[in-house]
Amino acid sequence: MSAAFELAPTTDTALLEVTDLSVSFPTDDGLVEAVRGVSYRVNPGEVLGIVGESGSGKSVTSLAIMGLLPQTAQIGGSVKLGGQELVGASYQTMAGLRGRAISMVFQDPISSLNPVYSIGWQLAEAVRAHNDVSKKAALSRAVDLLQLVGIPNAKERAANYPHEFSGGMRQRVVIAMAIANDPDVLIADEPTTALDVTVQAQVLETLDIAREATNAAMILITHDLGVVAGVADRVLVMYAGKPVETGTVDEIYYASQMPYTIGLLNSIPRLDSSTGEELRPIPGSPPSLLHLAPGCPFSPRCSYRIPLCDEQEPALLPVEGADHFAACHVADTLGPQR
Amino acid sequence: MEGGSLYAYALRRVLISLPLLLFSSMIVYALVHFAGDPLRDLKGRNPPVPEAVLDARRSALGLDKSLPEQYWNWLTGIVSGDFGPSIKGIDIGQDLQVRLGVTLRMVVLAMLIAVVVAMLVGVLSAVKQYSPIDYTATLLGFLALSMPVFWLAALLKEFLAIRLNQAVGKTIVYTVGDRTPNLEGSFFDKLPNIAGHLVLPTIALAAVSYAAWSRYQRSSMLDVLNSDFIRLARAKGLSKRRVLVRHALRCALIPITTVVALDVGAILGGAVITERVFAWHGMGEMLLTSVNDQDVNRLLAWLMVSAVIVVLFNLIADLLYAFLDPRIRYA
Amino acid sequence: MPDVTTPSPDMVAAGQPGPGTDREFTVRRRSQSSLVLRRFLQHRLAVVSLGVFLLLVVLSLFGETLWHYKSTDITDDLSVAPSAKHPMGTDSTGHDLLAQVLAGTRISILVALMVAALSTAFGTVFGAISGFYGGRTDALMMRFVDLLLTIPSLAILITLSTLLANGGGDPVTIALILASLSWLSIARVIRGLFLSLREKEYVEAARCLGATDRRIIFRHLLPNAVGPIIVNATITVAFAILAETGLSYLGFGIKFPSTSLGLLISVGQSAASTRPWLFYFPGLVIILIALTINFVGDGLRDALDPQQRRVRA
Repeated sequence: MSAAFELAPTTDTALLEVTDLSVSFPTDDGLVEAVRGVSYRVNPGEVLGIVGESGSGKSVTSLAIMGLLPQTAQIGGSVKLGGQELVGASYQTMAGLRGRAISMVFQDPISSLNPVYSIGWQLAEAVRAHNDVSKKAALSRAVDLLQLVGIPNAKERAANYPHEFSGGMRQRVVIAMAIANDPDVLIADEPTTALDVTVQAQVLETLDIAREATNAAMILITHDLGVVAGVADRVLVMYAGKPVETGTVDEIYYASQMPYTIGLLNSIPRLDSSTGEELRPIPGSPPSLLHLAPGCPFSPRCSYRIPLCDEQEPALLPVEGADHFAACHVADTLGPQR
Repeated sequence: MEGGSLYAYALRRVLISLPLLLFSSMIVYALVHFAGDPLRDLKGRNPPVPEAVLDARRSALGLDKSLPEQYWNWLTGIVSGDFGPSIKGIDIGQDLQVRLGVTLRMVVLAMLIAVVVAMLVGVLSAVKQYSPIDYTATLLGFLALSMPVFWLAALLKEFLAIRLNQAVGKTIVYTVGDRTPNLEGSFFDKLPNIAGHLVLPTIALAAVSYAAWSRYQRSSMLDVLNSDFIRLARAKGLSKRRVLVRHALRCALIPITTVVALDVGAILGGAVITERVFAWHGMGEMLLTSVNDQDVNRLLAWLMVSAVIVVLFNLIADLLYAFLDPRIRYA
Repeated sequence: MPDVTTPSPDMVAAGQPGPGTDREFTVRRRSQSSLVLRRFLQHRLAVVSLGVFLLLVVLSLFGETLWHYKSTDITDDLSVAPSAKHPMGTDSTGHDLLAQVLAGTRISILVALMVAALSTAFGTVFGAISGFYGGRTDALMMRFVDLLLTIPSLAILITLSTLLANGGGDPVTIALILASLSWLSIARVIRGLFLSLREKEYVEAARCLGATDRRIIFRHLLPNAVGPIIVNATITVAFAILAETGLSYLGFGIKFPSTSLGLLISVGQSAASTRPWLFYFPGLVIILIALTINFVGDGLRDALDPQQRRVRA
C-alpha cells in the first residue's frame, strides 16, 4: 500500500502546514470570529491532539482545512498540504485531495452515513472516487477494509445498511472509509464523543490500526484530555478561536504554562485522589465570539491574572521546553504543575 | 433477505388497509344515513303524498329495516358488485365505471405532471437557493397555491383556449366536456380529441397540487443538503455532481411520496370542481347530482370508491417509500 | 400539505457573565419571542403581506359604512362596466359590485378566521392528548384521524352542508362544517410534536418534582408548540378561504341572503367573457387574501425555525 499522493519538493519536512488560519461567519448578529489565527504543523506519521471546549474553534479549523465549510464562511491565512495551498482552492482541486491525501472522520456516525446505500457500496464508492477500478475490485477492497477495522463477517455485512450496525461499528466503517485510499493525513473530529465509554476504547484502537496501516499523520480533535494523553505526540490547546498552548504531550501535561490548560488538567476527576476531594471546575463560561473584549479571552475565569491580561491579548511565545509555546503574560512564572 | 422483508412489509400494509376500509365504510354509511333522506322529494310534494305510498317506497328501498341491517345489506351488496337501487333508476355500477375512467384519466395525468414538475422546481430552487430562479419559482408557486381552482380554470379557458383557438383558426383546445360526443374512429383517431379536452382541466388541477409539493420538495432538499452524510460524501472526495445526484437527490426525493399520497383526497375534491367548470361527465358530476337528488346509494357508491382510491394510493406510496428507504421495512 | 418543522425550544442566551468577572459583556440577552419577532420583521415580503391583509380586514369591516352604496342597494345602472361611479361595475340587477365585494370579503375573512380558531383549538387539544399519552390512546385517536382522512374532504363537506345548512348557508354553519375537517391536520402535527417533546429531559424532571399531567402539558409542552400552532393556524386560514370559495361555487357554501367572495364568483363565472368585472374582481380579492396569508405563514415558519438554511459549498 504505497502513498498515492506525490509530495511536492519542499525544504522543510512538514506534511501539513497551517499558517495564521482564520475563519469568520457573518450572522444576523454580526461577524462571528470562530477561528482567530491558528498556526501549526504536522509531520509525517505524527499525532497532533487538538484540545478545547465547545466553541473553541477546533472543529471549524479542520473543516476549513478540508474545505467543507459553508460558502458564507470567510477564510483567511494559509493551509499547505505537501506544499499545495488549500485555502481558496476550487472544489475540484479539493475533491481530488479529499479522501485521498487527507481524510476526515466525523463525530456522529449515525448521521454520517447515507441511510439508503449499503456499507459495502459506500466504501466501494470511496475507493472508486480516486482509483480507476472495477466495481467488483472496489467491493473486494471494501471487504478487506472492513476486516481491517474489525467488523466480523465482513463479506456478509458489506451488504447491510448503516442502520443495521451499532454506533461503534458505524464509526469503524467511517474510519475504514477514511483510510480507503491510504491518506497521508487523517483528521478525527471528536470520533468518540457520541459513543459510550466502552465503545470509545474500541474506536481508538481502530484509529491505531488505521494509522499503522497507512502511516498517516493524525490530527485528533477532542475535548477529552484522557483520550489525547494516550495517543498524541504533540498537543495544541485552543480557547476562543486561538491556540493558547502547544507542546509535546509531556510538556503540556506535566509542565503547562497556561492557566487554562492547568485548569483543564485540574478539573479531571482522578481515581487516585482522596475521597471527599471536591471537583475543581473552571469557573464561568467561554466568551461569546461575537464581541470579544480586549485582552486575553480567558482572563475573566483566570486565577492568575494581572492587570495586563485585561488590556492586551498575549501572543503565543516560546516558554520553557523544547517545542513549547504558551499565550500567557504570566507564563514561565507558573512553575511545574505536577 | 432484502427482497423478502419488502414482501412481508407489503403484505402487512395490505392487511392493515382492509380493516381501514371497513371502518371507513361504517363512517360513510352513518354519515349518509343521517344526512340524506331519499324520500325528501316525495315528502316535499304538494299535495302531500299519502303515508302508504311513503311506506311502500320505504320498504322498496329497504329503509324500514334497522340501521345495522341496512348497513350489512349494503356492504355485502357492494362487495359483490351490487350498489343497490338508485332513485333515478340508473345502473350505479355501470355508470360508475364509465365516470371513473373519465375522472381518473385527468387525475392521474395531473398528479404525474405535478409531481415531476414539483420535483424539478423544488430541487432546482434548493440547489440555487436565493437565486432569481428560486424567487420566481417561489412566487409563482405561492400564486398557484392562492388561486381557487375554478378561477384558474376559467382563466385558462379564456386565455389558453379561446385566444389560442382563435389564433390558430380551429379548435385544438376544448373547453367543454371530456370528449366530443359521438366520436368515431380508432383509439388513435380519437386521441387528439381526447387530449384536446384533457389539456385545460389537467393543467388547472396540476397547478394547485404542484405549488404545495414544490415547496415541500425544496425544504426537503435543503434539509438533505445540510445533512451530515452529504458532508461525509464531500469529504470522500466525490465530485459535485455525484454528491448531488447519487446522495442528495436520492434521499431528498423520498419524502414527497408520502405527501403526494396524503393529498389524493384533496385532489379528488379539486377534480370535482374542475369537472364542473369544464362540464365533464365524470365522478364530479356523479357526486353533485347524487347529493342534490338525495340518491343515497349512488352517493354511498361514490364515497366508497373514492375511499378505496385514497387507500390504494396510500398503499402504493407506502410501498414505494419502503422500496426507497431501507430503514422503513422493519416498521 | 407541507409539514411544519419543529422549532428548537432551547434558545441559548449568548455570553453569560461568570462569577468573579467585572467586565461588561456587550451581548444582550433576548427572549425567544423577541428573537422570533425580529427574524419575522426581516422578511419584508411577509411584513408587507401582513400589512396588506390587515388593511383588507379593516376595509371589509368599515368599508361598507364608508362607501355610499350598500351591497343590497339596487341602482339603476344595470351591468355597467367599471367607472368612476361604480369602480367595480354593477351586476345585472343593479347591485354595486364594490359594495358586494366589501361585504363578501368581510364574510369570507370572518368564516376563515372562525374556522382557524375552532380547528386550532380542537385540533391542538386532540393532538396534545394523543401525543402526550401515547400508547393505546394515541393509536386509537390517530386511527380515527386516518379514517376521516380516507374520505375526500370535499365530499364530506358537501354532505354535511346538505345536512346542516338546509337551504340557508349562513357563515357560522359553514365555518363549523369547514372546521370539522380542518382540525385533522393540526391534530396530526401537534400529536407528532408532543410525542417527541414528552421524551425530553425537562418533562422527566418536572414529573420528578411532582408536576401533574395537566401542568406538564400546559406549562411545559404547550409553550413549545406555539410556533407550529401559529403556522398551522395561518395555513388553515388560507385553506378555509379557498375551501369556502370552492363550496360556494358548487352551491354548498354560503348562500343568499349572505354573500361571500366565493358566491360572487360562482354567480359571476358565467359572465366571465361578457362582463369580466363580475368575475375577476372578487377572484382577485380572494387571491390577494390567500396570497398575503400564505406569505405571512411562510415568514412565520422561517422566523420560528432557527436553523440557517444555507447550502454548503
